[in-house]
Amino acid sequence: MVDIASITSPVPSPGISADERSHEADHPHSLLAQFGADQPLRLDCGVDLTPFQIAYQTYGELNADRSNAILVCHALTGDQHVFNVHPLTGKAGWWEIMIGPGRPLDTDKYFIICSNVIGGCMGSTGPASTNPATGKLWGLDFPVITIPDMVRAQAMLLDRLGIDTLLCVIGGSMGGMQVLQWTAAYPQRVFSAMPVACATRHSAQNIAFHELGRQAVMADPDWHHGRYFERSTQPHRGLAVARMAGHITYLSDAALHRKFGRRMQDRELPTFSFDADFQVESYLRYQGSSFVERFDANSYLYLTRAMDYFDIAADHGGVLAKAFAGIKTRFCVVSFTSDWLFPTSESRALVHALNASSARVSFAEIETDRGHDAFLLDVPEFFDISRAFLESAGKARGLKGKAFSSEVDSGSREENVSTKVSG
Amino acid sequence: MALQDQTLPLPGIVPDRTGSDRTDHLLVASMVERGSRVLDVGCGDGELLQLLESRGIDGRGIELSREGVNRCVAKGLAVVQGDADTDLVNYPDDAFDYVILSQTLQATRQPRVVLENLLRIGRRAIVSFPNFGFWKMRLQLLIGGHMPRTENLPATWYDTANIHFCTIKDFVELCDEINVKMERSVALDLYGRPVPLNLPWWVWNMFGEQGVFLLSRGGKK
Repeated sequence: MVDIASITSPVPSPGISADERSHEADHPHSLLAQFGADQPLRLDCGVDLTPFQIAYQTYGELNADRSNAILVCHALTGDQHVFNVHPLTGKAGWWEIMIGPGRPLDTDKYFIICSNVIGGCMGSTGPASTNPATGKLWGLDFPVITIPDMVRAQAMLLDRLGIDTLLCVIGGSMGGMQVLQWTAAYPQRVFSAMPVACATRHSAQNIAFHELGRQAVMADPDWHHGRYFERSTQPHRGLAVARMAGHITYLSDAALHRKFGRRMQDRELPTFSFDADFQVESYLRYQGSSFVERFDANSYLYLTRAMDYFDIAADHGGVLAKAFAGIKTRFCVVSFTSDWLFPTSESRALVHALNASSARVSFAEIETDRGHDAFLLDVPEFFDISRAFLESAGKARGLKGKAFSSEVDSGSREENVSTKVSG
Repeated sequence: MALQDQTLPLPGIVPDRTGSDRTDHLLVASMVERGSRVLDVGCGDGELLQLLESRGIDGRGIELSREGVNRCVAKGLAVVQGDADTDLVNYPDDAFDYVILSQTLQATRQPRVVLENLLRIGRRAIVSFPNFGFWKMRLQLLIGGHMPRTENLPATWYDTANIHFCTIKDFVELCDEINVKMERSVALDLYGRPVPLNLPWWVWNMFGEQGVFLLSRGGKK
């Protein structure tokens, strides 16, 4: 007989209480920049958001001439906790592999900033925040935001921090979109940019996956048209399904096969039920359930929408190269071979546009079978490129320190008597 | 005796490789005006680009191999991963002052199209390639009856990346056919030394191990 309970309740109920999450949205365990009525955030939808706040983290020290600041832009389900223990989950920062002393984003050399995006749920104003005008949570009353809105808010944060020009803006996926928006909107404030595993616009396929996720959330009876918090519940089933679908798009066929194959979960034989017989099922259910503990369902709707609307060329008369005309920013574009969500062809189109704009651009495609999520994983080639690109940018900007001296390489150049192409 | 071990029997020629830069790179660099914008197609590990940048030239590169690109980025060079055959079409007209194709022409699928693209993207092009009319090549085919292999081109016919070999004479004829003007031509011998200028073309075609050409767009025919 088929076990009904295992179908209707594929994920356990959240372990982190809604209250904890709700508290974090208004009073985060982060640095906080609050903007009053005199500094509204002008949104693309025509609304002036005010008051609003940005929750952010910093690591390392800002140097005297304020030239070593790097802004990290987080992805859809990320947040500002890149290099510290997450206040809700207790897990390590999501990019600890990339950030820290001796790592590519070296906290001994650079001042790293990461802020929660507008529309997020970890302390920057979003649908999970309290609307001061009503005293209630925003929910779906929150205006629809865009990637340019997120970047506009980040620019206001930098103004507040007294940082005029960033040494680098770096980010993957939705973070990469923000990087590109930074260079299109504030080219003079970005000395170098590293858009990773991203695109200048969201493709039809990507919009389709997001719509699937949103429909899953909205089909959950606990969603209550976005007012679930008033009933002390949340659409955890719908959000978990959205996360499961999303997670598949972040991996690859090869990665899933390598990790799970057709292996069974704690059993030898099929149970002839809809229980999680396969390891891959169990893994996805875990991914779904752990996500709903820390993420707000409405926030997921807003952020996926922001990505869907992203199209830099459309904002520049349909010609991508116009977005970057005359830009002085140094670019390093990175893609991964097995990323089918933001495939290399998207990065290549960006590179062509940057070339057409005479921008100084490097582009590397990194071979890996780990899919879109490769930028979050241990991929040494990606670290090497990131480190080298940041050091060369630091050197070009005149940062002081051993890594930025111009003597690197010159002594070790090989004497090569043969011609470059051999046979 | 292995082909690689053969020595050049020309008298009075001594290898001249004391500096850290390759002679052909120095020659190419000497053809580029200071302050200009250069695209190096097939830039390898960025050696030439580094030399150019040290001379105040704004350089960009295209390289097919990922390893090459990564090494270039590690040197702070602006290099993109790409293919001369398929990616040059994406560059706008007159984007660069010079486009360099160093030892890569013979590995392209459509050398003629590539050459035309070089002179569309750049006002000038600098092209160097191994000369298949070099005496050693001729001798191997004539006497040995084998496809030629040399120190600089050691691969066998079945695993070589070089699919479109030509001689200096062939190249000159192609340039003429597609109305490309030769502003400067230099043939380098096996040791990277220029073959004396006052010698006739057939001597170049015989003793030049590689040809280096500075090209510009010809007038209307």
